[in-house]
Amino acid sequence: MNIAVCLKQVPGTTKVEIDPQTNTLVRQGIENIVNPFDTYALEEGVRLRERYGGKVTAISMGPPQAEAILRDALATGADEAVLLSDAAFAGADTWATAYTLSRAVDKLGPCDIVICGRQTIDGDTGQVGPELAEILGFTFVSYVSQVEEIDGEHMRLKRLMGERYEILEALLPAVITVVKEINTPRLPSLRGMAKAKSATIPVWGAEELEVDGNKIGLTGSATRVIKVFFPQRTQRAEILEGELPGQVDYLIDRLREANLI
Amino acid sequence: MGLLIDLDKCIGCGQCIEFCPFGALEMVGGKVEVREGCTLCGACLDSCAYEALIIEELEATPAADESYRGVWVFAETKDGEFSRVAYELLSEGRKLADARQSELGAVCLGHDIGAVDSLIAGGADRVCVVDSPALADFPEDLCARKLAEVILEYKPEIVLAGATALGRSFIPRVAAILGTGLTADCTGLEIDPETGLLMQTRPTFGGNLMATIICPGKRPQMSTVRPRVFKPDAPDQTRKGGVIRLDFNSEGVTSRTKLLSFVEDLAETVKLEDADVIVAGGRGLEKPENFAMLEELAGALGAAVGSSRPPVDEGWVPYPRQVGQTGKTVCPKLYIACGISGAVQHLAGMQTADVIVAINDDPAAPIFEVATYGIIGDLFKVVPMLIDRLKNG
Ligand SMILES: Cc1cc2nc3c(=O)[nH]c(=O)nc-3n(C[C@H](O)[C@H](O)[C@H](O)COP(=O)(O)OP(=O)(O)OC[C@H]3O[C@@H](n4cnc5c(N)ncnc54)[C@H](O)[C@@H]3O)c2cc1C
Ligand SMILES: Cc1cc2nc3c(=O)[nH]c(=O)nc-3n(C[C@H](O)[C@H](O)[C@H](O)COP(=O)(O)OP(=O)(O)OC[C@H]3O[C@@H](n4cnc5c(N)ncnc54)[C@H](O)[C@@H]3O)c2cc1C
Repeated sequence: MNIAVCLKQVPGTTKVEIDPQTNTLVRQGIENIVNPFDTYALEEGVRLRERYGGKVTAISMGPPQAEAILRDALATGADEAVLLSDAAFAGADTWATAYTLSRAVDKLGPCDIVICGRQTIDGDTGQVGPELAEILGFTFVSYVSQVEEIDGEHMRLKRLMGERYEILEALLPAVITVVKEINTPRLPSLRGMAKAKSATIPVWGAEELEVDGNKIGLTGSATRVIKVFFPQRTQRAEILEGELPGQVDYLIDRLREANLI
Repeated sequence: MGLLIDLDKCIGCGQCIEFCPFGALEMVGGKVEVREGCTLCGACLDSCAYEALIIEELEATPAADESYRGVWVFAETKDGEFSRVAYELLSEGRKLADARQSELGAVCLGHDIGAVDSLIAGGADRVCVVDSPALADFPEDLCARKLAEVILEYKPEIVLAGATALGRSFIPRVAAILGTGLTADCTGLEIDPETGLLMQTRPTFGGNLMATIICPGKRPQMSTVRPRVFKPDAPDQTRKGGVIRLDFNSEGVTSRTKLLSFVEDLAETVKLEDADVIVAGGRGLEKPENFAMLEELAGALGAAVGSSRPPVDEGWVPYPRQVGQTGKTVCPKLYIACGISGAVQHLAGMQTADVIVAINDDPAAPIFEVATYGIIGDLFKVVPMLIDRLKNG
């Protein structure tokens, strides 16, 4: 079973706050982390290898510093890792990202399953997985919460589609995106950390991937971000005053007046 | 191509460094430098009073195919009925179509699709229906291929779909087949009067940063749109429109996925996304048993019960109740947050509610920054009092 897991490096947003005075993002001590959802994708890849044998390759497209998340991936169970990095990849929209990732999957050789996170915490589109599946011509199943069984050419999956849990049979090869409840990611092992430390992680650029230059980076992106701004949060709560019972009465009156209750 | 700094103009004030959400700018020897990690998002450009930052333009993007006209809405169905979001999109799509002086269409795929008059009453000039037993379980691969085929035939200039669980996983495949751009989870749509392009605005970074996105060179321009952001128009039964029934040739095609079974989660309670009133609890509830108190309040209000992430992580309530960046996005008329601090990831899922009530004993809790009414107090006192007043007049 050849398994590829896609991981993206993102700014750790837990520490991001808006400075109310200047209305800017405060990034004190910001550090880049692996997209939280992608740790579940990696863990599932490693568990599938433990169940069915094979190899797990971690792939990330990003700047050279994204190598850090690939080392962590090696420490937590990935067999191999490859970084897709090239100035020409910068500014890629989801389609151009998916195209670039698809070239790497192709280059790695026969692949049975590609696992992605459900969405990232920065771009937050959730589009890379389904677009990647379409470009590769693979089966696609989103929001997978359990891989029940893989048997020959098929796998049986449980997924959470809105309010409903579905059991699906899917033909391999497939791209799946996973949700949090699928597993609990393991911590790095000592052996893994030693391996991660000494591993050389190949870096593939536009040339190695033999990409079409018109399909990568900003050039290959149909969408353009033309403006970025901070949402206005000017509304301030009317803090109710006086004795608690009076506050509760006042609140109910306001809500009734507005026909909300 | 890339972000350039005009060193003659840069005075080294460092203003732009604070604006970069990716931490990709740094001060080196009194001037700003671009580091690895720049995504060319452009957040820094306007922050510079000296116009020292420039994104090197691409060689002109190829012009879009002008033969594409009209606005289309993908009308999602659930259990044989059109989702509310379909009517929301028709209402917004109507405005866009009028601004472009073009038609508004709706398209739906499935089996045993009933009357589509409601889509016409909701604003559509014409409705394309693909109805086939082969599409009964909405096999996403076959539906994606068919929808792309219909789009290529009728050439709408804009295609909108709800940013529902289905929309966000199914529509990207349609966009990929068509090789066009797709903007995710939009909360604002507008036609640029000069260029005629669709300006699509969406929250990113868990609602911390808004981005406006265009698709200048490819057609159609596609967006998924967050449910509950736009209001459906009152149905106009006198509206006239055409219905086109299209064939689905199922011969020799089989889906690569097969739905074996499903169970409806939370079937017995009100769906969070559809609820007009939501009562939500956070870590301040302390234990699972205390959610019974919220259920009681919700019962008195005809509301649904939601939660922040910690109660889900602790296993007090199931995941479909989670509101926030990694849970549901809701936009009820009234959201009552009990014992929720108001972390950005939570706000991302509920801050567009019409009226927000916050009950929290910490006056500094950020939830008060988005709330309409705030009660600073112990929820274990306030909530029972609310229940009492609601029940006993
Ligand atoms: C403010 C802003 C708004 C944007 N809005 C849009 C938009 O509406 N439409 C659009 O097409 N593009 C948009 N982009 C571009 C988009 O963010 C990038 O293309 C990004 O590389 C991938 O999208 P994502 O972060 O949304 O990933 P998602 O689609 O949310 O990622 C899903 C999964 O795909 C995998 N994955 C994603 N990126 C990588 C990677 N680089 N390497 C390895 N695996 C990866 C991971 O497994 C991840 O969990 C926007 C960018 C910015 C800065
Ligand atoms: C990538 C990522 C994604 C995330 N996604 C989500 C998401 O989708 N949804 C989400 O909600 N969170 C999400 N989070 C978590 C988020 O950052 C916060 O940790 C979380 O929202 C906090 O939940 P809370 O407000 O219930 O708990 P806390 O922050 O612990 O707040 C509890 C509040 O209750 C108050 N309180 C305590 N006792 C009482 C009492 N007796 N009476 C009145 N008030 C009381 C306290 O003053 C406090 O303000 C995410 C985080 C990350 C990093």
